[in-house]
Amino acid sequence: METLSYRHKAARRAAGSKPLAIVGVVTSGNLEVLVERLLPDLECQVEIATSAHGFGDLWQAVVADFVERHSPGGLKFSINDGGARPDTVALRLAQAAHLIEEDSL
Amino acid sequence: MNADKIHALEAQAHEISWFEATARQRLRWFVDAGSFEEFLGPAAREMSPHLPDFNLPEAFDDGMIVGRAKLDSKPVLIAAQEGQFMGGAFGEVHGAKLTGLLRGARDAKGPHVVILFDTGGVRLQEANVGELAIAEIMRAVLEARAAGVKVVGLIGGRAGCFGGGSLVAACCSALAISEQGRIGISGPEVIETNRGVEEFDSKDRALVWRTMGGKHRRLLGGVELFVGASIQDFRDAARSLLAQAPSLNLDVLKAEQARLEDRLERFGSCADGLDVWKALGAKDPAVIPGMAADAFIHLADTIRRPRYDAR
Repeated sequence: METLSYRHKAARRAAGSKPLAIVGVVTSGNLEVLVERLLPDLECQVEIATSAHGFGDLWQAVVADFVERHSPGGLKFSINDGGARPDTVALRLAQAAHLIEEDSL
Repeated sequence: MNADKIHALEAQAHEISWFEATARQRLRWFVDAGSFEEFLGPAAREMSPHLPDFNLPEAFDDGMIVGRAKLDSKPVLIAAQEGQFMGGAFGEVHGAKLTGLLRGARDAKGPHVVILFDTGGVRLQEANVGELAIAEIMRAVLEARAAGVKVVGLIGGRAGCFGGGSLVAACCSALAISEQGRIGISGPEVIETNRGVEEFDSKDRALVWRTMGGKHRRLLGGVELFVGASIQDFRDAARSLLAQAPSLNLDVLKAEQARLEDRLERFGSCADGLDVWKALGAKDPAVIPGMAADAFIHLADTIRRPRYDAR
């Protein structure tokens, strides 16, 4: 397993008030994203545990792109990855951000 | 949550496939909208202590989601296995979460428990603790039932209900299964590997389904209800089983023994599911695998009514 961690400044605080959300399943080619509202309003952190070694540059690019597009201020993302492709990662991160901003259910 | 949203969720439950859904998706549409409250949720990060030794990825919930919820406004305890994570297999934490839920139900004498099975059995990487977990869960199911709690199992996930999972299912008060659901001690590949292709050809999907599949399990009497493919179908089945399942007592055990003896006597010489269905009185057994759910349910209720006096 390889662990990676990225910290970014976000332009805005993520909307909503849910404390956490989770999406995805840890299986081959897929990942789970747990998102928690734990950080100061304009900060964002993404922690990754992945079974695919040596893809740090790709993760960094996908995470930076996600933060720029969605501005998930105040959120900490924790990922368990089963070797998902970058497009799947981007989708799950967006789903997680959307879920935690949704009305409570 | 507003009424429109509740209504929208209830409508979606009719359309969403149980088989395709993840465990969390099943839960979302299975219980009364918004009523699920998770114990030891993902934020607790109670993960497998063993998978890191194998350099394998963990899951925040270890593939087992437990909690309390409402079904028709009545409280239930609920457990759901994620069949896509490690094949829904029982590891130490995965099993302990279900054991704890059942012991809680036993001690409090309720509420009733619903288990959404989706498992290949014991997680090989955690073999010994996984086997122990199965033993603990079986004991906990029976203790909960002896305390008056009903434990209802639902089977229709991708991983089926195999190995130790099938033993736990057999201890339940009642079961419901869909067409895609499978129950077996050993899976098709395991049987073929150990006994050869002449004993069981795991590539023959029709054979697999008429040996382990939902329709056969229903006709053989191993499950009480056969259900359609949607989350709503499972919700309706759980509601019905919770109302009708027997409590555990000596009469029920004696009836179960008699039921199994009768089954062995009537079908013990059958070489194939088709022979069993014929012996049961199905006029044209060959058409059963292709029957739509409603037609099959009608046939099954005609040639073998579900019984609730044995378990």
